[in-house]
Amino acid sequence: MWHIITMVFPYAIAYTIPMLVTALGGLYSERSGVTNLGLEGLMLVGYFASAITIKFTESVSYAAALPLGLLAAVIAGALFSLLHAFASINLKADQVISGTAINMLASALTVYLARTIAGSGNVRIMMGIVRKNIPVLSKIPVLGPLFFSQSYWSTWVCLLIWALSWILLYKTSFGLRLRACGEHPSAVASAGISVHAMRYFGVIMSGALAGLGGGVILITYSGEFNGSVAGLGFLSIAALIFGQWKPLGILGATFFFGIATTIANVSQVIPQLGVVPPVLFKVFPYVVTLLALVAFSKKSAAPKASGEPF
Amino acid sequence: MSKKPKQKKEFKSNDFLIALSAVVLGLIAGAVLMAAIGSNPFEGFLYLFRGGLMNIERIGNTLATATTLMLVGLSVAFAFKTGLFNIGASGQMLVGGLCATLVAHHVFLPRPLYLVVLILSALLGGALWGVIPGFLKAKFNVHEVVATIMMNWIAYWSVYYFVPAYLKGPSLETESASIAVTQSLRTEWLTKMFHGSYVNLGIFVAIVAVIIVKFILDKTTLGFELKAVGSNRFCAEYAGIKVNRNVVVSMMIAGGLAGLAGLTFYTGYARNMQIGVMPSQGFDGIAVALLGASNPVGVLFSSLFFGMLQSGKGFMNAMTSVPPEIADTIIATIIYFTATSVLFKKFWDGVARKMTIRREKEVAAQEAQDAKDAQTVAGRLAEPSSGPDVSLHPSRESIGPVSGGTDGKEVK
Repeated sequence: MWHIITMVFPYAIAYTIPMLVTALGGLYSERSGVTNLGLEGLMLVGYFASAITIKFTESVSYAAALPLGLLAAVIAGALFSLLHAFASINLKADQVISGTAINMLASALTVYLARTIAGSGNVRIMMGIVRKNIPVLSKIPVLGPLFFSQSYWSTWVCLLIWALSWILLYKTSFGLRLRACGEHPSAVASAGISVHAMRYFGVIMSGALAGLGGGVILITYSGEFNGSVAGLGFLSIAALIFGQWKPLGILGATFFFGIATTIANVSQVIPQLGVVPPVLFKVFPYVVTLLALVAFSKKSAAPKASGEPF
Repeated sequence: MSKKPKQKKEFKSNDFLIALSAVVLGLIAGAVLMAAIGSNPFEGFLYLFRGGLMNIERIGNTLATATTLMLVGLSVAFAFKTGLFNIGASGQMLVGGLCATLVAHHVFLPRPLYLVVLILSALLGGALWGVIPGFLKAKFNVHEVVATIMMNWIAYWSVYYFVPAYLKGPSLETESASIAVTQSLRTEWLTKMFHGSYVNLGIFVAIVAVIIVKFILDKTTLGFELKAVGSNRFCAEYAGIKVNRNVVVSMMIAGGLAGLAGLTFYTGYARNMQIGVMPSQGFDGIAVALLGASNPVGVLFSSLFFGMLQSGKGFMNAMTSVPPEIADTIIATIIYFTATSVLFKKFWDGVARKMTIRREKEVAAQEAQDAKDAQTVAGRLAEPSSGPDVSLHPSRESIGPVSGGTDGKEVK
């Protein structure tokens, strides 16, 4: 059993990380007061941008291609999210419709561009990140094989971003202002701070981080852009809700969902895990999110002004 | 002054104008994208429209594509009327389609009876998937957008594992076994009439649904209550309307309509279910409803338009180098522009205001002229010695400096 766990664990982490950064992006946006249902599309944009960038740079320098791809994913996600920011902040549009439009636009436009630029709807890169054992830490008993063996460097970058985001959102005055924009924007405005600027920051961060999530999918377990992130963006939204709009909560929720997804995926290969039908693991995140919404319906932790134009 | 409100009414931007602006901008965006990859947009659009309407068979295919979109559009529009956003039409389609596919595989009855069972199964499947978010909204105040998204993915993964386990096709793991043509919605006379296209009995289901939904919304107490809840739920509650019950009913009917869309798609347009595909029609339906201004008749026409775009894209791709995703891009752009419709509203209201002001100026100038004429006439009558030349001079002088003054301001 221990052997199976150590085998499966790195995959669970690999599934968790893109969801974690994307949900973190959603956290920035929701906390600033803008509902972002376009995370799936923004992820897809990052997925595509990194694939194209890596495809055209990997022949020049393999070492530089992957970080460059991630950077492209971040920039592309941030730029694409401006569409949502403009609609929901300046024009006070319906944020749900705008987010849906972002999703549809991303899934059509990325494949359109992939077909035009790369000649096919699928863009394959030569090589993703090579998994490595971390020198000293992987020798620690129990924790070593679970967390520090066979890990991607991108995992540590993303966890660092998560930690920094927590500090930014909860330990600085800037973070307090951003969160206040999602709770009581008029109070922020009366303190002489631009609510619009804060919300722009929130939405752009959500785009950048969701784009990063898409890029991470590509260079860790996917290796190929195929025009869909298979609902991972929506799963991130579920994790955001299940994690009750808190950094630690989303870390736990995404990890929980990551394990469930991994078990469902590998249950055909590993018979010991096949006792429970995999469909239960796949629908589990969505069901528990619905249950969480029901359970917390009396005392919702959602940002009060989220989704309301200012 | 009394003319002012009348003129405002005359020029006010309406839903249709806004929707039309969104469509035009969406098509322009499509043209820009085609030009960006070095294709001729005019040629692209020509082939796109020809692909949808070139001959009887293609018109049939456009109708078949529009059938599904019409029902999804109705579903979204119906929920909109009650102030709910049904973003879960995809999941409701999947469940409705799954129920219909199961019936098609296992139920063998005389044709008319069979069709009733088939339609009812899809209706109930979709309604079940819609009523759950409705119940959660009514009972626990769970936002229906989040709930329907979750339901979408629950349906997606359920179908993903259900189809290979119970409806496995002979060749591929990723799709269900095809149902017999005689068990599908296709009928010989309709297929023959449209030279072998995909058009099927679903089109009649959709048209009947349009009529029924229009009847419910316009002529029944239920429709009145649903609309009242949609326009102001507190006011409706105060008037004694059971808001929660109406929310549940609305989501149930919306789900049922989307379930019927699944029926027309999986047992009419196609004859099997592919796994791992979230039906994009569920989201295209949002565009259909928005463009149709949530009006059943509007939905009918906008679904035909989007059906044409979707059905012509393959032909366009074959004839030009434009990828077929251009149609989806155009639809997504139209949704985005509908969401940001406040821009067009401002624009058209601005145009209307300018026109009103110009009208008013003209009217005022006319009135001033009339007054002046009257004065001149009166002056001439009073003092016959002072001719029209004298009375005109002061007015000319007064015009001079004023216009000079405005020039100065503009320079500043």
